[in-house]
Amino acid sequence: MKFGIVVFPGSNCDHDAWYATSHNAGAEAQMLWHKDTSIPADIDCVILPGGFSYGDYLRCGAIARVSPIMSAVRDHAQKGKFVLGICNGFQILTESGLLPGVLLRNTSLSFICKDIYLRTEQILSPFTNALEQGQILRVPIAHGEGNYFADEETIHILEQEQRIAFRYCDANGIASAESNPNGSINNIAGILNDKGNVLGMMPHPERCCDPLLGNSDGLGVFTSLMQTVGIV
Amino acid sequence: MKHFKAMITVTLRKSILDVQGKTVEHALHSTNFTSIEHVRIGKYVELFVHADSSEQAMSIVDDACKSIIANPIMEDHHIELQEVSVGEAA
Repeated sequence: MKFGIVVFPGSNCDHDAWYATSHNAGAEAQMLWHKDTSIPADIDCVILPGGFSYGDYLRCGAIARVSPIMSAVRDHAQKGKFVLGICNGFQILTESGLLPGVLLRNTSLSFICKDIYLRTEQILSPFTNALEQGQILRVPIAHGEGNYFADEETIHILEQEQRIAFRYCDANGIASAESNPNGSINNIAGILNDKGNVLGMMPHPERCCDPLLGNSDGLGVFTSLMQTVGIV
Repeated sequence: MKHFKAMITVTLRKSILDVQGKTVEHALHSTNFTSIEHVRIGKYVELFVHADSSEQAMSIVDDACKSIIANPIMEDHHIELQEVSVGEAA
């Protein structure tokens, strides 16, 4: 199993993603440059990491979307291989149309950096199959634009097709307005594409994979992929 | 070939709550600008384009807005076009 982590100008969670996938999860991982026009054939999962690609100019993810590597990322997804967008990576995925909807400014208008709780909603996906249905994870968020929005019809389809991977909740798993940090519709924290091989999520699983940091709740996302692909 | 200046405003779609606009509206009300309402915050983009006609310029700028400058899922855009001399466009 090999991860490829795309480095955009302004990415700042790229090294964390590399560390989590290689040191903590025990997979192979390599960095990919945003100017690359192809993705090595041995890469199973491309990670679009968190950060502020291109300084969030215009809109978060809007410029990264036209980076040379993005057409290769699109091809990679079209082949049925895996793409995981975390935080800014999720924003890039919605801007590029690989996932529906958009991420609006948090309703509080503040940048929020804290641990939140996630309820695992879909365990049949390649990104979540090592987790249990309803499993509660404590994962950090760090974003100013994480308020997931899509039109009613899109939300209906996402719910109907069980493509909500994670929802914001409280420590007891209750998803309510109080446990919604940013105003996302239906407490949506992460969604899958229609084929299930692209996941975008605002919380940072790569920041909570090392037991030395006191929390390894995020590891399941990476070990799920390794379980899907086969570890070697 | 003619030269045009495009003045583009991008605002959140009406169906989306503009939290920033609402906050500014509250601030205005609390400073006695009580007759002001429906405040919306957006961004302004200015660019120059050359085309054979204003219709063609409008079509180019509109395409640019739909593909990159605005995100149609959450934003509306409004374009104003003004023909300029080559010197002004430089």
